[in-house]
Amino acid sequence: MASAGAQSKMIREGPFRQWRWDNFERRIIPYIFLAPFLIIFAVFTVYPVIDSFFISLHKMDSLDPSRYVGLDNYVRLVTRDSRFHKSLINASVFALGTVFLQLPLSLGLALALDSRRIKYRAIARMGFFIPYITSAVVASMIFQFVFEERYGMINGLLNALGYEPVPWLRSAEVAMPTLIIVGLWTWVGSNSLFFLAGLQSIPEELKEAARIDGATEFKVFWHVTFPLLRPVTTFVVTLGIIGSYSLFAQPFLLFDGSGPRDSVLMPLVYLYQRGFESFKLGYGAAIGYLLTVIIIMVTGIQLALMRKWGS
Amino acid sequence: MLLRRHLGTAALNGFILVGLVLTIAPLVFMISASIRPESELFSFPVTLYPKVTTGDNYSSLFERTHYATWYVNTFITATVRTLLAVFLSAMAGYAFAKFNFRFKRFFFMLVLITLTLPFHVLVISLFKLMVVFQWLNSYWAIILPSAVSGFSIFLMRQYILSVPDDLIDAARVDGSSEMGIFWRIIVPLVRPGMAVVGILAFAATWNDYLWPLIVLSQKERYLLTIGIATMDGPYEVEYGAIMAGSLLSTVPIVIVFLSMQSQIIAGLTAGAVRE
Repeated sequence: MASAGAQSKMIREGPFRQWRWDNFERRIIPYIFLAPFLIIFAVFTVYPVIDSFFISLHKMDSLDPSRYVGLDNYVRLVTRDSRFHKSLINASVFALGTVFLQLPLSLGLALALDSRRIKYRAIARMGFFIPYITSAVVASMIFQFVFEERYGMINGLLNALGYEPVPWLRSAEVAMPTLIIVGLWTWVGSNSLFFLAGLQSIPEELKEAARIDGATEFKVFWHVTFPLLRPVTTFVVTLGIIGSYSLFAQPFLLFDGSGPRDSVLMPLVYLYQRGFESFKLGYGAAIGYLLTVIIIMVTGIQLALMRKWGS
Repeated sequence: MLLRRHLGTAALNGFILVGLVLTIAPLVFMISASIRPESELFSFPVTLYPKVTTGDNYSSLFERTHYATWYVNTFITATVRTLLAVFLSAMAGYAFAKFNFRFKRFFFMLVLITLTLPFHVLVISLFKLMVVFQWLNSYWAIILPSAVSGFSIFLMRQYILSVPDDLIDAARVDGSSEMGIFWRIIVPLVRPGMAVVGILAFAATWNDYLWPLIVLSQKERYLLTIGIATMDGPYEVEYGAIMAGSLLSTVPIVIVFLSMQSQIIAGLTAGAVRE
């Protein structure tokens, strides 16, 4: 009797109880650690994503009561809204510029930086990283004057070389190239540092082995280095494409919204104009959704192409 | 052969130098424009180096705009969001790295989805939510919605995975509580990862433009980016003052980033670069 009582006492207070509490704590603890994330995620991401789709099915001007219109907003965007089409074309042109100009430039820069014959590599790396950290607003403010028609740095330089000034920010033909140049300034440096990180993770022995087999430097690059860089290349291209379709501050500030004749109207600027300047919230939400679907499709195609090229 | 090699070296260094000059020139221009009088900026021939220097742009920046207020606003908002981002993502990353629990795969899928979800898919509804919460012109609207990103959780998980399990088990045997393990073992060991997550969160707040533009409309409540952008108006200040404000807003973040550059690049390309 006495021993049974002692036993139950031991179960209640002794190591056994301790063990059970530990076990319970260990099972519950991951949820406690996850809780803040899950709550914030549910309130500020899951709910808005679902609700935005709901809003996009309505005609909703400002926050007044709305009217259900089904897929009307989407139909109008796809079939009749020429400004939306223009914005998609502009973003695609910018994305192509990003991929086909930025990629070779930043890869070339990375290869140069990786060479042992380079001096001042540390300083160069710092310099190339700065545009990535500079806010898009600050960059736009700077470039506004750099591209200024009469007193800007670039036209000043052209003038000194005997060329006519170029209306960088005022002409419908030149606006997109200007924006692409700003994009190059912003991303070539940081992309080259991403490539450099990739290059430095490639074992030197692999390249050495190819050289011993008699491969030229170009062949080493084409058959050894470049294929091994595929993860970084995919990373850079994917981010570049997503960034192109989500560009906002630079076109918005450099060209007062959309530029002459909508020459640099970007999808996100258009969303902002319709949703937050004209307060067509339903239409804005539809733009957001359609744009997301388009981005997913474009990146999907790009990833598939890159996988094919890799195999 | 030797000559070719020298030429190659010269070409390589030249290529880097040209790139570097093109990268730095706009920033040098920003510095130069911030210390020269307006009359010199709008004159011929166009020069980069100031002939006359002045502090007028800086004084008009502080006297005629709310620049100092914007600076403080931005600093406080960015600090709070950074602290939240660092600890909440470390906690979530710890759960994913070191525990097995129900729905783990499902929750991790959610993290990966936030990695790919663009902001514009939810911006309209998020704005509506801010109106409901009465958070327009409140910094909670800036801090909370993006307090934990999928990317920072992913990054913290990678760092915490490298903490040996034995260390955690030993602490458990010694009777440490689970919270104690997190604070005394995990946090000190993954400080470098927390620094990267923190700096990225800080910079994201410091540089963000679209969302603050949507939720903040009172001038005294502006953050630096909207403040600087609105200075650029017909009744506002001279261009030199805008450059002064741009420079002062860029310097601190550049210093922090450059001092931790390699960790940040390693963090950003985590997964893309094999180690």
